Amino acid sequence: MSATASPARRNAFFGRATRSPALMIGVILVAICIVMALFAPWLAPYDPDEQDVINKLAGPSREHWLGTDSFGRDTLSRIIWGARVSLFVGFVATLAGVVVGAAVGVVSGYFGGWVDRVISGANDVLMSFPQIIMGIILVAVLGPSLFNLILAIAITAVPAFVRIARGSTLAMKERDFVDACRALGFSNMRTMFAHVAPNIMDELVVMASLWLATAIRTEATLSFIGLGAPPPTATWGGIVREGFDNLLDAPLLSIFPSIAILLVMIGLNLVGDGLRDATDPRAPT
Amino acid sequence: MIAYLAKRLLLAAPTLLAVLTLVFVLVRIVPGDPAFVILGDQATPQALAELRGRLGLDQPLWRQYAAFMSDVLTGDFGRSLVTNRPVMTDVLAVLPYTIELTIASLIIGVVFGVPLGVWAARSRDGFADWVARIVSLAGLSFPAFVSGIMMLIAFAIHFRWFPVISKGVPLTDPVERLRSLALPALNLGLIMVAYLTRVTRSGMLKAMSEDYVRTARAKGMPTTIVIWRHGFRNVLIPIVTVIGLYLGVLIGNSVLTEIVFNRPGLGKLIIGALEKRDYTMLQGLMVIYAFIIVVVNLLTDLAYGLVDPRVKTT
Amino acid sequence: MSAALSVEGLTTSLRIDGVWRDAVRDVSFELARGETLALVGESGCGKSLTAMTVMGLLPAGVGRLSAGRIVIDGVETSGLAEAQLEKVRGDAIGMIFQEPMTSLNPVLTVGFQIAESLIQHRGLSRRQARERARELMELVRIPAAAQRLDSYPHQFSGGMRQRVMIALAIACEPKVLIADEPTTALDVTVQAQVLDLLGSLQRDKGLGVLLITHNLGVVATNAQRVMVMYGGDVVESGEVGAFFANPRHPYSRALLAAMPRVDRPTADLSPIPGQVPTLADMPEGCRFQSRCPLREEACARRPPLTPLRDDPRHLTRCVVTAREAS
Repeated sequence: MSATASPARRNAFFGRATRSPALMIGVILVAICIVMALFAPWLAPYDPDEQDVINKLAGPSREHWLGTDSFGRDTLSRIIWGARVSLFVGFVATLAGVVVGAAVGVVSGYFGGWVDRVISGANDVLMSFPQIIMGIILVAVLGPSLFNLILAIAITAVPAFVRIARGSTLAMKERDFVDACRALGFSNMRTMFAHVAPNIMDELVVMASLWLATAIRTEATLSFIGLGAPPPTATWGGIVREGFDNLLDAPLLSIFPSIAILLVMIGLNLVGDGLRDATDPRAPT
Repeated sequence: MIAYLAKRLLLAAPTLLAVLTLVFVLVRIVPGDPAFVILGDQATPQALAELRGRLGLDQPLWRQYAAFMSDVLTGDFGRSLVTNRPVMTDVLAVLPYTIELTIASLIIGVVFGVPLGVWAARSRDGFADWVARIVSLAGLSFPAFVSGIMMLIAFAIHFRWFPVISKGVPLTDPVERLRSLALPALNLGLIMVAYLTRVTRSGMLKAMSEDYVRTARAKGMPTTIVIWRHGFRNVLIPIVTVIGLYLGVLIGNSVLTEIVFNRPGLGKLIIGALEKRDYTMLQGLMVIYAFIIVVVNLLTDLAYGLVDPRVKTT
Repeated sequence: MSAALSVEGLTTSLRIDGVWRDAVRDVSFELARGETLALVGESGCGKSLTAMTVMGLLPAGVGRLSAGRIVIDGVETSGLAEAQLEKVRGDAIGMIFQEPMTSLNPVLTVGFQIAESLIQHRGLSRRQARERARELMELVRIPAAAQRLDSYPHQFSGGMRQRVMIALAIACEPKVLIADEPTTALDVTVQAQVLDLLGSLQRDKGLGVLLITHNLGVVATNAQRVMVMYGGDVVESGEVGAFFANPRHPYSRALLAAMPRVDRPTADLSPIPGQVPTLADMPEGCRFQSRCPLREEACARRPPLTPLRDDPRHLTRCVVTAREAS
């Protein structure tokens, strides 16, 4: 019954996916970041919080490959540990956004009528508010903590997934098998989540991969502003801020974590675009 | 056209009310007592009670909502908790800088993104297409603060072409004002360049394969006219959509750009208000953002009327 | 007087998966002024591709004219550069398409779309071209033409849009008009009106019309000569009367047998068995052999287009039926 699982389509998908060099580069960049996050304790040459008071704001050297920050902490180690925060916040917030957004969107599209009007109306309003400003206000209002950071980013992600899940559900409803499910006497719940939801998975996955980039960017942005995970936790945005505050003395301190952020952003965008092309060969890139 | 305008204005009203309600809710979801959060744990009970009275927090929620709405709709945004100046005064002082920055970035986005997109579509998988791909990938990947810092290091600190701090320059010195606008606008514009390159490229690819382009070619129209008058005129519609959609992103990223380039504007105001827990200022700023969004949506709808004849009459 | 359009040995190749294959082979015909030549066949037989080749509208890198000569109103256009071709298209030759709903530009007024080629080819001023566009709209019988000059395509019905397309195609008084399935997308009553309009324009202006259709009824009532295509080959050509009275090629016979007719119960309709082979696995020799009831050994070699002995203007590309007739 589920069209997504047909082996022929899957094969075509993988065929297109592996033939795209851009997608492969993206996968490699993201994989490097995941390895950094998973094996941070073994990869980092120093404890990220260990201060070396005589070596403040030092440039690259044999001891500290990427130099140190204003507390004399090793930048390379802090970047490696920072991957953990970025990926963790990004993944959890996006996952939460997808789950909540998709559930609300499927319900909205499936039932239609006033339920749909209220939900999509409210959603449009939420969506019209600039995402970064919304994130800033939410964290500011909730107070800075790792959990609130994730919550705020997840909330800003929800409207996009509501919209896409609603749209796909509406399109899906036009197809015969929803009628078939109803005719077989399946409950609304079962039809929605066992049969409609799996069929809109492709689109959600593509959207989620692109949103993962947005979530990580938002995390870095909020950390840069000072609304990220509270210190002394190492975050990429936080290290950039350190460097920015000492821009004239140690410009490299802001450059290195910036490059880390950039590589992950590029990786995720390449993966997202690659997945989109692979799921829909007609979509112009 | 006038009927269309009126209809759009009428539709904007409920959106504005909804966004204002959202602002009200957001500011009220502070866990615990806002007065306590603002004043900290050293505050005396009298001070707390006094602040609650000033913020109207001792009133029932529906009355707070009514008061908030009537204040906002009559243009009264209250006074800053920190400076005690009217919020409106502080906002209006810096608003021109943010508007100037946003419009300059939009212009950069259009001037670079649109031709690049057309060029890329013309030479599919050729040189231009690769340039377009790299530019749009960069635009989508750079967080505004990262690209800003890199530009600052390269063009202001290393080459000294532009001032490091683009503080407020009076309009009486237009050259200096433009010089201080250049880097921030370029930084913010990069995002718009990326979005517009993408939408123009895919729009052109689609338009050039449409039947009406074939008709134009069958009429013997020269290639340049086919591309611009027949192909591109139709791509204006998705371009307007994207500008309308991503002006919000631009406004959001202007906050970061203003911080990095130390530029006056709503962004610096919002960060200052956050640090000092100036809740009336924060609320006022959100209302301003809400107004800006509604105005942007309205302008987008108007632009549709200009580029798509199907909108005016139906 | 030279022919309005003369095509000799036209061969069009398409690039499919990196390989160039002939999709239209060795097509030759002459179209006189005031004449209607119908090009008939199932979809994918090469009718439209022939038309696009004549127009010089093959998409670069996908399709190309690999052999043959095309002469439009005395000017050889095969081998011309795009800039020169543009001067001929829309001037000496016009074309109308199957889809009136999508063939007009949605963001330009219909008046301007008609006037545009007059400005381009005839150097008319905007005002003169607009006046001429109004006359053309009246000519194609669009009511209240003066008021509708500034209307947009979405304000017109399908039939009215096809009239606009006709006005647009004949604006510069071309000698040749290619009509690619001009009525397929229209209601039956509107179809008749549009064909009637085409016929009267043709008589008044001495237009040569290449009418592409799969509808044999349209052929019988509107064309003087007919050419049947199958798998990129012209398989039969002749006068309409002789063709309908005695179709020679087995494919033509099958087409006629599959056509619903008032004088015959619908139960007698016989669909053609099998499918048109794809370009990649087109058989050597006669391309119809895989579906042909008369197939024999000689069909393995490509049959020539042979004139019938009793009617030299009637040709068939079939060794079996050519022999029958002689």
